[in-house]
Amino acid sequence: MSSAEALTWFARHEIRLAWREWLAMMTGGGRKRKRAVIGLIIFAAVLHLPAYAVIGRFADLRMPLDKSSLIVITATIFLAWALMLSQAIESVTRVFYARADLDLIMSSPVLLTNVFSVRIAAIALSVTAMALLLSTPFVDVLVIGGGSRWLSAYGVVVAIGLSAAAVAIAFTLVLFRLIGPSRTRLVAQILAAVIGAGFVIALQIAAIMSYGTLSRFAVLTSDAAAAWAPNADSIVWWPARATLGDSEALLLLLSFGLMLLGVVMAIFSRQFAETAIRVSANTTPTRQGSRAAVFRTGSRQQALRWKEFALLRRDPWLVSQSLMQLLYLVPPALMLWRSFADSSTAIVLITPVVVMAAGQLSGGLAWLTISGEDAADLVATAPLSASRVTRAKIEVVLIAIGMVFAPLIAALAFASPLQAVVTAVGVAIATICATAIQLWFRVQARRSQFRRRQTSSRIATFAEAFSSIGWAATAALVLAIPLAAAITGLMTAAIVAATWKISPRQR
Amino acid sequence: MNPAEQPSALQVRGLTKRFDRLAVDALDLTVRSGEFYALLGPNGAGKTTTLRMVAGLLRPDAGSVSVLGIDALVDPIAAKQITAWVSDEPMIYDKLTPLEYLAFVAGLWGVDPKRSEPSARELLVSLGLEPHLHERCEGFSKGMRQKVALAGALVHDPRLIILDEPLTGLDALSARHVKGLLGERVRAGCTVIMTTHILEVAERMADRIGVIAAGRLVAEGTLAELRQQNGQNDTSLEDMFIALVDVEAAAA
Repeated sequence: MSSAEALTWFARHEIRLAWREWLAMMTGGGRKRKRAVIGLIIFAAVLHLPAYAVIGRFADLRMPLDKSSLIVITATIFLAWALMLSQAIESVTRVFYARADLDLIMSSPVLLTNVFSVRIAAIALSVTAMALLLSTPFVDVLVIGGGSRWLSAYGVVVAIGLSAAAVAIAFTLVLFRLIGPSRTRLVAQILAAVIGAGFVIALQIAAIMSYGTLSRFAVLTSDAAAAWAPNADSIVWWPARATLGDSEALLLLLSFGLMLLGVVMAIFSRQFAETAIRVSANTTPTRQGSRAAVFRTGSRQQALRWKEFALLRRDPWLVSQSLMQLLYLVPPALMLWRSFADSSTAIVLITPVVVMAAGQLSGGLAWLTISGEDAADLVATAPLSASRVTRAKIEVVLIAIGMVFAPLIAALAFASPLQAVVTAVGVAIATICATAIQLWFRVQARRSQFRRRQTSSRIATFAEAFSSIGWAATAALVLAIPLAAAITGLMTAAIVAATWKISPRQR
Repeated sequence: MNPAEQPSALQVRGLTKRFDRLAVDALDLTVRSGEFYALLGPNGAGKTTTLRMVAGLLRPDAGSVSVLGIDALVDPIAAKQITAWVSDEPMIYDKLTPLEYLAFVAGLWGVDPKRSEPSARELLVSLGLEPHLHERCEGFSKGMRQKVALAGALVHDPRLIILDEPLTGLDALSARHVKGLLGERVRAGCTVIMTTHILEVAERMADRIGVIAAGRLVAEGTLAELRQQNGQNDTSLEDMFIALVDVEAAAA
């Protein structure tokens, strides 16, 4: 086989792997793939409705635009880029740490630089393909409402996908050089989790500080932003112009994305191979643990709780997720702080944000403690009934959630005691429901499989999300329109009850 | 108490488990107290399934399991209190140090820290893990992880130790450490039941050997008794094993 044939063959192999990984993620690894794919297509079609609600009114926009519109479009494109960057960083670390084929590839008689060039291209392709897929409903809505000129938005998605992949690869490899394989994994996981959210939260913080509102558009459409922004012919607006159908800007953007990826491939392909060798040779360097006395007097459940807390504290995923949840809590906390000064009614917005965050965090924590048991046989052979083991694990989730949210609720009590009570009850119900759903759908797994938890049961994933959203909405409505709260509360309770009814524990 | 009056360490009667096919077929097995018992058999013979039912990890479809006179199906907590289970895949936590892991196991079994801490340190030292007491297990080799799991199984002083392929992945020195530690426990009155594919280990260490095939016990006894049953006094355990499982495979 010639070198070119070998590369083509390897590219096909990479695309096949990426396709199967994606399919497994979308279908939960189930065998009824055809049905799952049809379901996904229907889901994508349905997504056009919310896309229309969000973006439909912008379909008539045309160049030349005023500065405020240019800022909003550019910021939205930058947010999409940040999210793609986050996805690309995650993909790069997965190639290094999770693929089991590095030994095989590196021991094969092929030029590693070429092979890893293909792998870099495959990462860029998969990130871009995923972005295209997610952006399709939005672009479709714009095309239907505003004409074919909006098709150029697909080109913009491709260009920013390529550049995000290029930056992610360069960034991750530089991190490897600077802090080593083990720390890179942790830092990359944390960054991947917070990059996308960080941008939105920064805008919200700016909005709160300047205008006392949680809306990020308040900053983007402000006179101050317009005054600070460069002129309309600036290079900064190329992505916005390209999105609106400026073919010259689109070509330049695509060329820039391709060139950046090419440069990264040329510079970093060799390093990619060296880094892969370093990772496979030394994935987990020695890390010193605590030297404090670990043998304690206490009950068996206390031993279990101690173990769970120790593992949660040392879990990189949890560190990144907690940081993200804490980041999400920064804007409401700031609003709370401002409300002490000007008694703003916008403080009501804190409640749904806190309840939603509690539901999401408790779902993840519950999976880690209840399903993610690395020594399942050990715990199962311990002289402790299964119900006491489960109870100890649930207690850990409740204590952890209490520790994260109690300070915020206590601060809220000073501003509005009633709202604090409603928020506390909302947090408790959202936490209990998310934990219960994880309990009903538990599947024994290793903690390192956390990334796949959402694919193991689509029903559990959606039920957990709907439960958190439902209780967040209910808590907000209790404060604003109590009658509507009764309706959303009943609807959410019905969703949770239906989830219990169809769960494997009940069948 | 007269040894003859002592309850058997393990008494299994009519133990049956079916998955897609019959994995364990009305198995009867008795292991005496203070005995080193090796359970041999080809892949898929039902060894691990049998031991997982004894350890309380699987519920049998039929039959009874008695651990030192305790009905393990009626009172599993009491049976688990005196039993330890070590599988071929080490069950440890990457983010804990060996000492923290042993403290957790001792806590689960309710062992007094005054007793468990020195015992844990002694076990880890005897297995050559002294330099790694405070390192997290995430960077450990499979052999080191297996040794930590074994130390965890021994830290609560079990009276019945069940090991499924415990020597898999261990180097010669580590395997010798483990064999030495198990030998000491047996001399102290503990009972050890072990599955292994390393016939030399069974030949050298076991008081009695059971051969299981297609979910049934097809031969049992000391090495000499097995040779006698087989009618070949000078044959090796390997030859006898192959002959026994070949006969079973042909019969199946």
